[in-house]
Amino acid sequence: MQPTVAPSVQFDRLRVRYGDTDVLQDVSLTIDGGSFTVLLGPSGSGKTTLLRTVNRMVDPAGGRVLLDGADVAMQKVVRLRRSIGYVMQASGLFPHRTVVDNVATVPRLLGVGREQARTTALAAMERVGLGPHLAQRYPSQLSGGQQQRVGVARALAAGPRIMLMDEPFGAVDPITRRALQQEILELHARTGVTILFVTHDVDEALALGDRILVLDVGGRVAQDATPTEILTSPADDFVAEMIGTANGDRALRVQTSRGAEVVVDRSGRPIGVLER
Amino acid sequence: MSWVAANTTQIIGLLLAHVAITIPAIVLSVAVAVPLGRFAHASGRARGGILATTGILYAIPSLPMLILIPAVFGLPLRSAATMIIALTVYGVALLARTAADAFASVPGEVAAAATATGHTSGARFLHVELPLAMPVLIAGTRVVAMSTIGLATIGALIGIPSLGSLLTDGFQRGIAAEVATGIVLTLALAAVVDGSLWLAGRNSQPWIRVAGPVGSVAA
Amino acid sequence: MNLFAETLLWFADPIHWTGSDGIPTRLAQHVGVTVTVIAIAGAIALPIGAWMGHTRRGEATIAALVNGSRALPTLGLVTLFALWLGIGVRAPMVALVILAIPSIVAATYSGISSAWRPAVEAARALGHTSWQTLTRIEAPLAMPTIGGGFQSALLQVVATATIAAYVADVGLGRYIFAGLKSRDYPEMLAGSMLTIMLALLVTGAAAGVGRLYRCLTTNEGKPQ
Repeated sequence: MQPTVAPSVQFDRLRVRYGDTDVLQDVSLTIDGGSFTVLLGPSGSGKTTLLRTVNRMVDPAGGRVLLDGADVAMQKVVRLRRSIGYVMQASGLFPHRTVVDNVATVPRLLGVGREQARTTALAAMERVGLGPHLAQRYPSQLSGGQQQRVGVARALAAGPRIMLMDEPFGAVDPITRRALQQEILELHARTGVTILFVTHDVDEALALGDRILVLDVGGRVAQDATPTEILTSPADDFVAEMIGTANGDRALRVQTSRGAEVVVDRSGRPIGVLER
Repeated sequence: MSWVAANTTQIIGLLLAHVAITIPAIVLSVAVAVPLGRFAHASGRARGGILATTGILYAIPSLPMLILIPAVFGLPLRSAATMIIALTVYGVALLARTAADAFASVPGEVAAAATATGHTSGARFLHVELPLAMPVLIAGTRVVAMSTIGLATIGALIGIPSLGSLLTDGFQRGIAAEVATGIVLTLALAAVVDGSLWLAGRNSQPWIRVAGPVGSVAA
Repeated sequence: MNLFAETLLWFADPIHWTGSDGIPTRLAQHVGVTVTVIAIAGAIALPIGAWMGHTRRGEATIAALVNGSRALPTLGLVTLFALWLGIGVRAPMVALVILAIPSIVAATYSGISSAWRPAVEAARALGHTSWQTLTRIEAPLAMPTIGGGFQSALLQVVATATIAAYVADVGLGRYIFAGLKSRDYPEMLAGSMLTIMLALLVTGAAAGVGRLYRCLTTNEGKPQ
């Protein structure tokens, strides 16, 4: 009964209130099935809130969220959540369970037997580059990068067709972050799941998304474009500020040095070497 | 209730007796526990020992404590002094750890600034640490007050007059109204003392009421 | 210190170690009452505290109850119930259960509601039902705090079970009240010392269990 294409997401005039502020005002967007979409914005832009309306961790005051055409509000919330992969920044691993039992959470919730769930979990761990020797460890015994990987594995274990990722790589060092970003790109290429990825890190957005939605306060979509389009033609001052084109951060030049063409930033600091 | 009306003088007398043993005990508890807690906070090594001792004292059941104290100190069994000592011991046992935590909650930089600007340690304690530790100390004192006022009723079992006498007398004579009166008055007294302490606490931190919590900056 | 010498003599007398008024019997009664009271209070307080902690509602009510129960005189409840239910162990047990409930509810509420938020969030997001979140995630994480609540309730009940002897023929408190009546100071002192020793023993044992539990579960600490 699995659809061959991963599910699409549609936000239809979505409105979310918190207290007496509109965190999201009248947001209407369509996310294609199988795409890797990045929600980029500063804090307060409602990007996390928008993400969380998909698995009903947040309930809207108005409008609808459609997952593969079906209103999420009409479905049983527990069943909905078990079919969606969710990764948070704090990874939220269960401290009192081993790594493998953490990863096996959703299969177990779906009624899969313990041994089979563990086998599935080990496979998921392998997909994110975690060896079986980590299975019996507890989260507190893992490094930050490993914990994040476990979080991703846990989201993948039940084979969801859509992943919601909320700044999942924010808390690790840049080197680990790049490795994790690579892995998630490979995962997406291999499996074709729909990925909705929230970040405030511009470089991460540019590195990952097929499509970037730059969000301003209230969930206003400042720009909806590919990374290249955003870099070359930011839609307004807000986007330009955010991306860094406004103050020339993205303006790179080439300098010849020691026979190589070095790409430098505006103040002359080297970024990389040009390969023709 | 007719019983209450018929015995008002006696009730008031016992209420005053209750006040006479609890208020001094509460004051003494604070007077001992606050410096003790400050000391425990300052001296990391002593802290463990002090808190362990107070923990043990707190574990001692109240009635046995009331009987042990006269035996150890050579006081008469039925004296108010016995009661006050016992209540103070429990009060200190309850408050010492809270006091230590209260002083631990004073931001280190603030205390350091006080020293750097030339306060003696006494002046620093009085003018900086104590005011900042006040909310936690007040909260702890409220707990001690409630506990002391309730606990003081036990004294009636060995003949020390208090609101507890209404409980024992009422039980022995089978007058439920008398027992109920004793309970209600104890709770009422506790509520009054608790309320007063709460008011005192509110007035002790004018800077919070105006500005907001420590560390916040005006918009 | 003649009194202490007389008390030692009291302990040395074998008659105090046998029969229905002997130390083993009184001790067993005291422990029996304590354990029963904690079991009943726990059975009532745990579900209430757990549900309130899970839904995070009613914190103010709990705080008010805990404060109130501090000032509520044990002796008052014991005598009141004794007047209603008659002499015997039932009345003090009802009183002790009532007095033990607030602190267990408070500790359970505190533990459950402050279970590490990201884990609870994740549990919800992954598709746990409310009940599953409570039992599989919040409760295990709340264990240390809940254990602490039981520990202090246990200590409180062991101590106040002494008062039960005022209206019932049970427990180590009987030595104190019998001694009071017949002005037998050595008996009073002996009863006091026995009760104190039991209380200290229970405190130490509870602390030991707590330390053992912590030792066994250090691997499961929260991530840094």
